[in-house]
Amino acid sequence: MAYSFPEEVLEYVFAFLSSDKDRNAVSLVCKSWYEIERWCRRRVFIGNCYAVSPQIVIRRFPEVRAVKIKGKPHFADFNLVPERWGAYVYPWISAMARSYPWLEEIKLKRMVVTDESLELISKSFKNFKVLMLSSCEGFTTDGLSSIAANCRNLRELDLRESDVEDLSGHWLSHFPDNFTSLVSLNMSCLGSEVSFSALERLVSRCPNLKTLRLNRAVPVEKLASLLRRAPQLVEFGTGAYSTEIRTDIFSNLVGAFSGCKHLKSLSGFWDVVPAYLPAMYCVCSRITSLNLSYATVQSPDLVELISQCPNLKCLWVLDYIEDAGLKALSSYCKDLQELRVFPSDPYSAEPNVSLTEQGLVTVSAGCPKLQSVLYFCRQMSNAALVAIARNRPNLIRFRLCIIEPQAPDYLTLEPLDTGFGAIVEHCKELRRLSLSGLLTDRVFEYIGTHAKKLEMLSIAFAGDSDLGLHYVLSGCESLRKLEIRDCPFGDKALLANAAKLETMRSLWMSSCSVSYGACKLLGQKMPNLNVEVIDERGPPDSRPKTCPVEKLYVYRTVAGPRADKPDFVWTMDEDGALRLS
Amino acid sequence: MTMISEEHKKEKLGFEETELRLGLPGGGGIINGDLVKNTNANGKRGYTQTVDLKLNLALKETEKGENLQKEKNLISCSNDSVKPSPKAQVVGWPPVRSFRKNIVAVQKSSSEEGGGGATTFVKVSMDGAPYLRKVDLNMYKSYQDLYGALGKMFSSFTMGKCDSQGVMDFMNESKLMDLLNGSDFVPTYEDKDGDWMLVGDVPWEMFVGSCKRLRIMKGTEAIGLAPRAMEKCKNRS
Repeated sequence: MAYSFPEEVLEYVFAFLSSDKDRNAVSLVCKSWYEIERWCRRRVFIGNCYAVSPQIVIRRFPEVRAVKIKGKPHFADFNLVPERWGAYVYPWISAMARSYPWLEEIKLKRMVVTDESLELISKSFKNFKVLMLSSCEGFTTDGLSSIAANCRNLRELDLRESDVEDLSGHWLSHFPDNFTSLVSLNMSCLGSEVSFSALERLVSRCPNLKTLRLNRAVPVEKLASLLRRAPQLVEFGTGAYSTEIRTDIFSNLVGAFSGCKHLKSLSGFWDVVPAYLPAMYCVCSRITSLNLSYATVQSPDLVELISQCPNLKCLWVLDYIEDAGLKALSSYCKDLQELRVFPSDPYSAEPNVSLTEQGLVTVSAGCPKLQSVLYFCRQMSNAALVAIARNRPNLIRFRLCIIEPQAPDYLTLEPLDTGFGAIVEHCKELRRLSLSGLLTDRVFEYIGTHAKKLEMLSIAFAGDSDLGLHYVLSGCESLRKLEIRDCPFGDKALLANAAKLETMRSLWMSSCSVSYGACKLLGQKMPNLNVEVIDERGPPDSRPKTCPVEKLYVYRTVAGPRADKPDFVWTMDEDGALRLS
Repeated sequence: MTMISEEHKKEKLGFEETELRLGLPGGGGIINGDLVKNTNANGKRGYTQTVDLKLNLALKETEKGENLQKEKNLISCSNDSVKPSPKAQVVGWPPVRSFRKNIVAVQKSSSEEGGGGATTFVKVSMDGAPYLRKVDLNMYKSYQDLYGALGKMFSSFTMGKCDSQGVMDFMNESKLMDLLNGSDFVPTYEDKDGDWMLVGDVPWEMFVGSCKRLRIMKGTEAIGLAPRAMEKCKNRS
């Protein structure tokens, strides 16, 4: 049965495999295929930077050209992960600088990136092309200066949603005059004003620029000049509009936009004055993606704009759109696939806009391709959820946030178990679900029974007992990420499903009822898991074993306990002893 | 543990057969402190399987712990399974990213303070300077911050030698601040009602909300302002 198939041919064939799943499968066929595959794998995705070490990755895949690494758990976005928890990228950069001189792409999410790391990147990889820092932090605009100055072949610099210490806008001026390779620039998260003339010249000399997302500091009167220099743009993010409408600026903008025949995506719109919106009408017919989530504009003006976008596939908007606006959306935008409605005033007790469950029901009825939903609202009913589920069995992502924790069905005052149950029962391809409102263990029974393709589940202020957690861990076969806060889930369900945790990327539980003793037991018995107790009250040993821990983060790993823990994190170790950093 | 099965009998969920005390009908859990692998060959899991698992270790400790807590009140174990009061300020709830939090806050504050859709960029003129500048008042947190920025802005412009009106030297910000604090130059602003007011009287936030433009007036020009403004000016130097 021994084939003598030339390696080169196999390598050629493997080059057509882009998905990690396929490549992983191929590498399991036999030793020879494993060897061939590992030498030709060019892209590596590391979903948890602590699941594996840089050394292990480099040892197995010596010729990587692109890495994507994720760090902190998702709840870090909402300040639930304390500062200094970890996810430092420097060890990765340092190791890759030595072993991957031809690295071209680094994409990071929720990692701590220092200026030192950025400088090392800029000097170590001669053919460096793509830097994407998504929700990262720890660096300043000085780090960006290094990248601008040294990465001669840079194509993409995307800082989306990162928290950058903005020392000045000078970094942009560090791109050399002979630098022309830029394809994508997203600086929307930065505060400082960059030199406008430097920006203009950069845009002018980069003929392949397709994506330009400006920051707030670029005023509206400057936009036309940039658009005229880059009529080939496909994605454009404006700066702030904070100025009164002026006819000369307006007509200049209209002219500039009309020259952009390839624009598909628009974003920015901070402080937008409604009178400026018509300047974009000429590009609306081609627009597929619209991010109006910073536009504090009322529903009628939003509808005016949206009604001109029949090809809209993705809309991010504030709840100013209201039910009426969503109704209009559902009639004008039949191609809509993704809708995100953000709260304009999340902390006020009373609703400030007329946005209810009805808006979402209407969109679910009118938009047959809708598959991805993020919706903040103040009231919900089982009837509405059932309607949404029946209307849209093709939903893949459903994230609902009813702003008041444990809010019941506002019509019947019952829990929303039935509603969410309908969602998981009808939407058989559902991969991501976020729950809210009043929920008992029953909803978890429904989830465990039906949500077989569910990969990520977010739970807050829900459930009655360990049974809830047990249903999820024992029933959701595809579950990879589970994040829970403020639920009465404790030791029993966790320990009874310990093996399940090895099949998942991670589990986060905060303000629940998991005791320190149970964490210790879990850590002792599951050597392939890092069981991290995060507790800012001091060493868990100073409290009884039955005392619940503040936060628990469990993740599978082949790298063992990490060495960079801060003083408020303890890894429950195999020998039962407390291992401090 | 038995509490759970009783509760469920009450709720008639139909799980009488399960007798779920803790554990799972399929294996892969920790029983008596040991990891038990899945013994069911076909890996099928069903709620009808009854596995009577008892985590004795944890049980004993729970009982002990409960007694301890009843007797003593010294442990700060505040995170037990009590549903949080919905009205309390909860960290990280609703789950909104921090860069999305301030959108309406800024709008609110400007409308509350009478700005009502007013811009934060305001024109700044200085008597004798050849051109105006624009500043975004939201970039500053206090009057001192603003004076510092204005000083930097106008420091590049020199008037040359002194004239009879007094020294107009913009060479450095501290000089400008001296000028602003002194009686030669008076910082004034036009508020939303169209009145020219002296900068510095009202709290900073209120000023940001009501200021439409700034004018750094020569001392002599300021005589036209309300006498009270001039009094204030003199008292400050």
